[in-house]
Amino acid sequence: MKRDDDFKNRHEHLKGLTNEQLEQRFWELANKLVDPLLEMGREYTSPAIERSVLLRMGFSSIEAKAIVEGCVERSLMCYGAGNVVYRLAKSKNMEIRPAGLELVNGNMWDDAEKLFKGGNE
Amino acid sequence: MSEYKLSPDKPINVAEILKDLEHYRPRRRGWTWRTPVKDLHMGPFEYHDATTPLKRSVPLPPAHYFDDIDPQPAPVITTEIASGRFEDDIRRMRMAAHHGADHIMVIRTAGQSHFDGLIEGTPQGMGGVPITRKQVRAQRKALDMIEDEVGRPINYHSYVSGVAGPDIAVMFAEEGVNGVHQDPQYNVIYRNINMMRSFVDACESKKLIAWAGMAQIDGAHNANATAREAWKVMPELMVQHGINAIFSARVGINKKNICLSTVPPTATPAPCIHMDLPYAVALRDLFHEYRMRAQMNTKYIESSTREATVTHVLNMVISKLTSADIQSTITPDEGRNVPWHIYNIEACDTAKQALIGMDGLMEMVELKKDGYLRDKARELKERAVLFMEEMLELGGYFAAVEEGFFVDSGIYPERNGDGIARKMNGGIGAGTIVKRDKQYMAPVTAHYGYNNVEQYGGDPENPSALIGGCTLEDPNKIIYIDELDDNDNVNVRMAETREFTPGGKKIRPEMEWLADGTVMLTMFFPAPKQIAEAAALECAKRMNLTECEVISKEIMHPQDGTRIEVKGKVPFEIDVDSLVIPKEPDVLSDAEIRADVERRPMRIVAATVGEDEHSVGLREIIDIKHGGIEKYGMEVIYLGTSCSPEKLVNAAIETHADAIMASTIISHDDIHYKNITKIDQICREMGIRDKIIFIAGGTQVTPELARKAGADEGFGRGSHGVHDATFLIKRRWELEKEGKI
Repeated sequence: MKRDDDFKNRHEHLKGLTNEQLEQRFWELANKLVDPLLEMGREYTSPAIERSVLLRMGFSSIEAKAIVEGCVERSLMCYGAGNVVYRLAKSKNMEIRPAGLELVNGNMWDDAEKLFKGGNE
Repeated sequence: MSEYKLSPDKPINVAEILKDLEHYRPRRRGWTWRTPVKDLHMGPFEYHDATTPLKRSVPLPPAHYFDDIDPQPAPVITTEIASGRFEDDIRRMRMAAHHGADHIMVIRTAGQSHFDGLIEGTPQGMGGVPITRKQVRAQRKALDMIEDEVGRPINYHSYVSGVAGPDIAVMFAEEGVNGVHQDPQYNVIYRNINMMRSFVDACESKKLIAWAGMAQIDGAHNANATAREAWKVMPELMVQHGINAIFSARVGINKKNICLSTVPPTATPAPCIHMDLPYAVALRDLFHEYRMRAQMNTKYIESSTREATVTHVLNMVISKLTSADIQSTITPDEGRNVPWHIYNIEACDTAKQALIGMDGLMEMVELKKDGYLRDKARELKERAVLFMEEMLELGGYFAAVEEGFFVDSGIYPERNGDGIARKMNGGIGAGTIVKRDKQYMAPVTAHYGYNNVEQYGGDPENPSALIGGCTLEDPNKIIYIDELDDNDNVNVRMAETREFTPGGKKIRPEMEWLADGTVMLTMFFPAPKQIAEAAALECAKRMNLTECEVISKEIMHPQDGTRIEVKGKVPFEIDVDSLVIPKEPDVLSDAEIRADVERRPMRIVAATVGEDEHSVGLREIIDIKHGGIEKYGMEVIYLGTSCSPEKLVNAAIETHADAIMASTIISHDDIHYKNITKIDQICREMGIRDKIIFIAGGTQVTPELARKAGADEGFGRGSHGVHDATFLIKRRWELEKEGKI
């Protein structure tokens, strides 16, 4: 879009504001702009977020990547990759790390899938 | 744990730093600001805006006039260090810390933004360093030692951006990184990463940044560096700052740790302060709850390091007139190459010098409360508000980006249609975000958004309790990877340059990497630019330099002269043991000399002896205005030139002088040494030789021969008053000890 500088007309409604009111307006608008962005963050996850969860659960970056890729392939991302490992460990009565390493090695994915999609919940 | 400790009189041992990294744990988390000291007294001065002094540092060059003081200004001072080899950067970090930097920022290697995951090991970088756990750990560990050495906490900093932001944020939180750049808008506009992915990831990253108490710097300054006419994006910059600031605060980062990356948008020959100051004022009005990271202008930087330095000093005038919590520095060679060691240090010194030079300024001046400054600031704020109003009308942030709202070169509401537009469903990582199911769960600390831990009986306030704590509570759960590539790693690189390890037997010049051999030559040719450039390269070639390149040319006159700077590499190495290293002259401090003259006055008779009319050298040694011995309070009776040895000795007896100082310049037929011998003999004949100090000097005098000829000491070319004065005081101590005087 091309447009000449129409500041003189456009700012009519702001002219009467005190500096404090102008500042308040700035932050009101900024808040409005980020409301949907923060909400989206609450509702969605991403491969990077899930890898970061697995890192915190004690997996290496290489292991985390493999588990998340497995979750993406099997549409398990919506439950959380950490959740997949956690539920698998619980169901197999295993520690978190060995359960995750099974997934890294390509094992137990069918079990994991069933835990979420097999009607257990 | 490794027992290695840094020793102030030894080079830092990088190989030792790299040992046992697997077990290294950071000593603290979070950002540290400097500690102000009210009315700090240092040397003969009082400072009004200074902070706790350092335990060890390298002061500014003229500090020796002022008891070697090194006052530290209020803002944290940043230096950006990332040569591509992090191991060499460690040595630079130590140098920078000694010159006043307490914020070390590591630039990432080209392309890391698009790497989907953590990079591991220690590959070499380009234009920056691959940020990996091992590299971060090694540098943080080195900085732990360096901060103990200088006596001030050092903040370590890098970037949480790209498609692996949350991965990196976790690693940084685990590894004690203190500051980060994080701004999803940067991903979207400059890295073409999908906008939805960027904001979703940013929520998680910021949650981690908040948890670790890191300081966060936004990415708005990039609009300034990218826009065609940088000063026209000022309204937009305020919008970008506003979006990232409030977004971060609402995720949970303390506003006092949220820093705006602000740059004075213009540079000379524009009337830059007139244009930049209202903008700086407007920002500080709107963002008074947040912190200011004052960046320097890079948009208009050319290859002249002098010009860049002046721009940066002008930028710091703005910092001083408004405020800066962090003063960034840009190396003055940024317009030429990836910064060299010496320019990081220059930039730190420039910041320290300018800010200390302006200490207390705001006690004397204040910005006008009305008129152009405030009107312009108000206008900019209104333009920013109008910008956001239109964004909302369009449907919000994403819609505005799709419309190419950002980095348009028109000053909003003017539009030139050259903004950077991105598609909501386009860019790297498009289509990768996934809506969380109601069963979604992540059993970890510092996780943002919906997290159904209750389904397992977990506590929403403490999700990681489900797994007995995550790595943020128990760092022993972190899986450390050392190296993944057998060829591209620090061990291979260090083995190649082992013989040049600092403190060893071999040495080569260095600008960025150990033993790189790089040197810079400055030349002037009485010729136009093209001839001068070609002549300079030919010179460098004939000097046997390799990989020669002209890095700067400045016209002195289109026909009459060009200044050229060339870089090249020397093809040889130097054996340190083969060097002849002259002994440093032993000098007392000015204060010590003065104190001893106060204890016992010293009178000296001085003259140029023989048929010798030279007076300049002796006057340099005596005169207070040349830094001569009079400045210590010594009394000098000057008898002039062509003074006979008899007259000089008689004058010494008559005035009860403590010392005779003879200058002798003419040297044919060894007349200078003959005169020295003559004075010595007359003193003996008169019975005063064992009570009087006799020194002689001149351009052709060598100390050894002067002593042989009968003087107590000789002073040749390059001697200064302080050398004579030191000898006089020390010799008098000896005579006193021997009971002769």
